[in-house]
Amino acid sequence: MVWQIARNLGKRSIVLLKIALFACCLIPLLRLGWGAWNDALGANPIEFITRSLGRWALNFLLITLAVTPLRKLTGWNWLAQLRRMLGLYVFFYAVLHLGTYLWLDKFFDWQEIAKDVLKRPFITIGMSAFALLLPLALTSTRDMVRRLGGKRWQRLHRLVYVIAICAVVHYWWLVKLDVSLPAIYSVVLCILIGFRLLWPVNNRPTETSGNFKAAQE
Amino acid sequence: MQPILSRLAVQIAPSEITPREVFERRRDFLVMSAQIAIGTVLSPLSAVLASEKPLTGIKSPLSTPEKQTPLKDVMSYNNFYEFGTDKADPALHAHTLKTRPWTVSVEGLVKQPKTFAIDDIIKLAPLEERIYRLRCVEGWSMVIPWLGLPLATFLKKVEPLGSAKYVEFVSAADPKTMPGVNRSVIDWPYLEGLRLDEALHPLTLLALGLYGEVLPNQNGAPLRLVVPWKYGFKSGKSLVKIRLVEKQPQTAWMKANPREYGFYSNVNPEVDHPRWSQATERRIGEFLKRKTLPFNGYADQVAQLYAGMDLKINF
Repeated sequence: MVWQIARNLGKRSIVLLKIALFACCLIPLLRLGWGAWNDALGANPIEFITRSLGRWALNFLLITLAVTPLRKLTGWNWLAQLRRMLGLYVFFYAVLHLGTYLWLDKFFDWQEIAKDVLKRPFITIGMSAFALLLPLALTSTRDMVRRLGGKRWQRLHRLVYVIAICAVVHYWWLVKLDVSLPAIYSVVLCILIGFRLLWPVNNRPTETSGNFKAAQE
Repeated sequence: MQPILSRLAVQIAPSEITPREVFERRRDFLVMSAQIAIGTVLSPLSAVLASEKPLTGIKSPLSTPEKQTPLKDVMSYNNFYEFGTDKADPALHAHTLKTRPWTVSVEGLVKQPKTFAIDDIIKLAPLEERIYRLRCVEGWSMVIPWLGLPLATFLKKVEPLGSAKYVEFVSAADPKTMPGVNRSVIDWPYLEGLRLDEALHPLTLLALGLYGEVLPNQNGAPLRLVVPWKYGFKSGKSLVKIRLVEKQPQTAWMKANPREYGFYSNVNPEVDHPRWSQATERRIGEFLKRKTLPFNGYADQVAQLYAGMDLKINF
């Protein structure tokens, strides 16, 4: 059965899967590049690009957080091996999103940026999310996991839940009036966090034997 | 098709603006490429962007000589929540709006309350072309050649009474033709208001058209207000009722969020929106941001209306 095959993927299949996923994760960026080149991003392309990059950072964040629940529900343990790449794509799109703000919105006027961060709650919280994301990206290498030690590394990476909450609130606070989209993101995030709260702790990959190694890949 | 950077960075002389016919030919390709790029179906857009009835007006000395925002941007980037809260929504959904027959009733504190048919309003006075800056509260701006008549000219026909101090503007809210009205993001109908002296100011325009044609539906057809020194949301669209009243009317945005939106809502770089700065703006089509001017650059004409008022309190 396909289900059974999907349970036990070989090394080769996983490598191919990773390459395919790597390429797929670039599609939102390529789409923006194509749209910009063809003047197909509407009347305010800079706003479109900034918002789209932010949305995709958040999308990838929720996809990353969906890996563990999905792995537990399906028993496809190899899913854990895709998590680092997805997490790094969160960082990738967050960097680009922040970059458009710093460059195309503020033109590197650092004084204005500092004022914004202090005065505007949605910027403050967005910037906090990015600041918290930074150490996670920096400790994503196998070497850093080893140096920190599994337990400490995992404790640090629990920051991802704080980041996700900050990111959704950032989105919620920037919307002018219609909060239906941020509300949908909030519901999805609640489900993903709720899953972890309800799932028995002793089923976590750290405590059980072989899974932890897979989780760090 | 030009790459985005060259499109935004180069300043184009008005004489070089693509003629409408040429622009219309590239429209099909534009819509097609947008569909592929954005992955949404934009087919109603091409229908809505199709040419409407021509309308002409006398050139006005109140016009700005600044470069006008391309028609396709004016028609595809709109805040008109009656058709959805995304700025692409009005262009996609406003084709359902029926603008004929259409009447506007003027009531309240006037000597001659009257219901006007839209085609009679067009004939009420010679139309003028007014090229105005439009500054949205969200931090972007456009330059639009409107066609219309001064609101003062219109209001004189109904003879406001001495007791009238404010004017309330009521927009259409028909759930059958305006899909956004089915969602309660705003307490429908959309309401706006001006002080009577603001309403009678020569800059205040009752617009019936833009770019030499009757108003496209997504821009507030068949009749809308244009108050160029205030944020765009003060200029109610698709008006059905104008009421002269004694007390300051509640507006839709004040009801939605009184902390963020005040009655006056004059463009003011020194009074921030509680969530973002109003010091700068992005003129649609430009790469760099501009400094926002007090009263959107109309301070010489309108600042005296607010003499002695603290505009930080009366935002």
